[in-house]
Amino acid sequence: MSEHKADDDLVLEMRDIRKEFPGVVANDRVSFDVRRGEVHALLGENGAGKSTLMNILYGLYRPDAGEIWLNGKKVTFSSARDAIQAGIGMVHQHFMLIPVMTVAENVVLGIEPSRRLLLDEAVARRRVTDMAKTFNFAVDPDARVDEISVGQQQRVEIMKALYRNANVLILDEPTAVLTPQEASDLFEILRTLRREGISIIFISHKLNEVLDIADRITVLRRGKTIETVPREGASEKSLARAMVGRDVLLQVERKPAEPGRALLEVKDLHVRDDRGIEKVRGVSFEVHEGEIVGIAGVDGNGQTELIDALAGLQTVEHGKITIDGKNISRATPRQALDAGVGHIPEDRQRRGLVLDFTIAENIALHDYAKAPDAKWGWIFPGRMIARAKRLIDDFDVRGGGPSTPAGGLSGGNQQKLVAAREVDRDPKVLIAAQPTRGLDVGAIEYLHRRLVTERDAGRAILLVSLELDEILSLSDRILVMYEGQIVGEHTGDVSEEQIGLEMLGGREKSAA
Amino acid sequence: MSKAEAIKQKAGRVGGAITQKARAILLWIKHRAGGILVSIVTVVLAFLMGGVVIAATQHGSFGTRIHNTLTAYNQILDGAGLNWFGHFFEHPCLGFIPCHLASTATSGVAQDFAAYNLSQTLLFATTLMLTGVAVAFAFRCGMFNIGVQGQYLVGLIVANWVGVAFAGMSTLPHILLAIGAAILGGALWAGIAGVLKATVGAHEVISTIMLNWIALWIASWLVSIYGPLLDPLTPWVPQTSEVAPSARIPAFWGIPDRSALDYGFFIAIGALIVYWLVMNRTTLGYEVRAVGLNPEAAAYGGINVKKNLIRAMAISGAFAGLAGAVDMLGYMHLTTQIDLPISQVGFLGIAVALLGRNTAVGIFFSALLFGGLLFGTTHGLQGVENPVIAPELAGQLTYVIVGLVVLFVSAPFLIRYVWNLHKKLRLSTDPPESASVTEAGG
Repeated sequence: MSEHKADDDLVLEMRDIRKEFPGVVANDRVSFDVRRGEVHALLGENGAGKSTLMNILYGLYRPDAGEIWLNGKKVTFSSARDAIQAGIGMVHQHFMLIPVMTVAENVVLGIEPSRRLLLDEAVARRRVTDMAKTFNFAVDPDARVDEISVGQQQRVEIMKALYRNANVLILDEPTAVLTPQEASDLFEILRTLRREGISIIFISHKLNEVLDIADRITVLRRGKTIETVPREGASEKSLARAMVGRDVLLQVERKPAEPGRALLEVKDLHVRDDRGIEKVRGVSFEVHEGEIVGIAGVDGNGQTELIDALAGLQTVEHGKITIDGKNISRATPRQALDAGVGHIPEDRQRRGLVLDFTIAENIALHDYAKAPDAKWGWIFPGRMIARAKRLIDDFDVRGGGPSTPAGGLSGGNQQKLVAAREVDRDPKVLIAAQPTRGLDVGAIEYLHRRLVTERDAGRAILLVSLELDEILSLSDRILVMYEGQIVGEHTGDVSEEQIGLEMLGGREKSAA
Repeated sequence: MSKAEAIKQKAGRVGGAITQKARAILLWIKHRAGGILVSIVTVVLAFLMGGVVIAATQHGSFGTRIHNTLTAYNQILDGAGLNWFGHFFEHPCLGFIPCHLASTATSGVAQDFAAYNLSQTLLFATTLMLTGVAVAFAFRCGMFNIGVQGQYLVGLIVANWVGVAFAGMSTLPHILLAIGAAILGGALWAGIAGVLKATVGAHEVISTIMLNWIALWIASWLVSIYGPLLDPLTPWVPQTSEVAPSARIPAFWGIPDRSALDYGFFIAIGALIVYWLVMNRTTLGYEVRAVGLNPEAAAYGGINVKKNLIRAMAISGAFAGLAGAVDMLGYMHLTTQIDLPISQVGFLGIAVALLGRNTAVGIFFSALLFGGLLFGTTHGLQGVENPVIAPELAGQLTYVIVGLVVLFVSAPFLIRYVWNLHKKLRLSTDPPESASVTEAGG
């Protein structure tokens, strides 16, 4: 083929890959190639077929049709082991490290240098140190994995792949767990790797970072390749359009807030987690009607415990929570609900929904015992179904009717279902915890617009998110939480860097 | 956008809707029909393997063994009284292999035998429906109540005591009082395990097993020759007095003194209906199911999880206590010390609930199945001429089959593997995008 000659640099080529699952064509004649030393982004919504394609490349699935060519040779992988041996490495979203072992031990695990059947620690350390130096990883080989940051753990995963001589590195949504600073550190490392001739496949659904790091971008939609474009000339708008198949409003349009009286007041709140560790340490703030207050912060800085305390799910150690003047510091979840708290929980599958319940039953999760759903302990399924029908229409929940189990819906529709239930109860205060986690652009757009609508309807909205973009684009006021305390408050314009810095307690400016 | 493009896009949307619909249907099948299918396959497999056991105990050629095995099953069905309905099962060989059955004549005597056997099967099924519901109720709340046996014994003893001590009451109030007291006793006994779980987190499997032994030994003492429930007329025999005639649930089929089938059968069916209504039409059932399926979501929804654990355990025990009362007031009327540890109905209830998938209808049918098996392999077989396997041995067959059923049901993967269901249904449970990437890397 003539184009082959023209493109000597081609390391990897996937041609006309097709993979079908019963009822769904996950990949439909997808073609994709990677050059030596390039960052190639794979962009698409959830369910677009990115992960399926990468799992095929990594030997986890076998394609129904199509070919994989690696360095000019046709290959078939029947397991991840084959793929690793061929020089393909993958860093999954969830790290697979052993927390009690050191960085060096984790890196060499499985192919340890050994001397008389014992781990040759000196050799392992030296190799890992050398590698860390070459690629500027800034990770201490002797540190225990459970003592280093998430960003550093991710680097250990990358080192693991490189140690196994990967020259094609797949990163699955690598920035999902990182702060902005950590993400920019990661990008530095990726640029170094690129200079060393390593090819990187960067899976993402975030437009801005794809435009930041990628050399070329391939967009998948519904299992098909839509386009492969160079970064030059691509814009967020054009990429979003390719991803979703229509124009998307990336910026939420919203009028300036008109805050009214305070509906949620939190004073000097202290909360311990289940293990007895104090995770919220003296937090005070207010949320007014008609206002969205965003809480930014790295995961695990007390946001979860704060929300649980507000919802009555975690005991308040000390301090006071009032909803529209009513004290709910000692409230049970039921009392908090009745006082006017609506809560979109951060984990919709574990907490927000009973997946084996039908949509109608899930809609009734808070009000199953109240009229019109029930009277004198007797439930009227017909009335539950009628309400579910109305909300399915109102909130555009797709993929099933009132009697479909909630587990059968896609993530976005599950989240719409939760949002529908919470909003329909007409809460005074709506807590939205990570409302768009794992959702695709279309669903995010919908939920964001809905939150603004609810704000304009006079609710007090507390938005807790790990996505700084989301906080910045929706909040009228931003609070930054760090180690259980509010360390910053902003109204109006504030830079992402400033908040990012505060999210790390201002302590770590930028890792080398 | 060109017209062709527009059409294509529309087709894509329609296609998407169809696949989503297909997924929903697959999920529905998995939720409903899949369960029934698994139960049926379970039973068939268990009987096949039980058949292998029978064949292994026989002598002769392969054909003879097959023939004997089929004959044995036929005799068990007769023992369970199924021939009362006619002789559908007359020819076990179904015409494939020539066989010469000792013809069970349709004479009046044989018909009486069949009627008796069937009534006894239904009597066993009555108890198993109730113990099955007891186990199922706790299951639906996410708990495994192994203590149904102990709660059943509590019900048995309490019903006997009320039946004896309150002699002289008029019939209906006396029966209701005895049943009510037994229900309360079973509920309190199980409630202990519920309270322990909700307060200090003691696992209900451990605590209910312990409570079984405590119940057994207390009951054993109560009916011993030193115990307060000893029949004063025969103080040298360790057994209770007979419950007063006023507390006996009347029989409607059979000879009253030969453990005829009593109205307890309808009480059990009533309990199944109540169970269905409570689960599907009351807020209590909603809470139980929510806690059982996802306690975290239930708590988030405003449901008091601890209260539900205690309450569900107590209700489970109430059904077990009712089972004890129905047995005592229906056909036992007294119990002896040696009978107490022999009874296994509480444990069989576990198999009944598992096989019945914790649904009312499922429990009804699996109780009938196990009731028939239990009677057909023991006493029922004694009335059959030339049994292939002796009743003393056949009784063990029931427990072989029960064991296999529990094994298969608790490992549904095995059954699904047999049917290759998991492949077809995999999509509905984990869509490709979220498929387990994480498993393979290590």
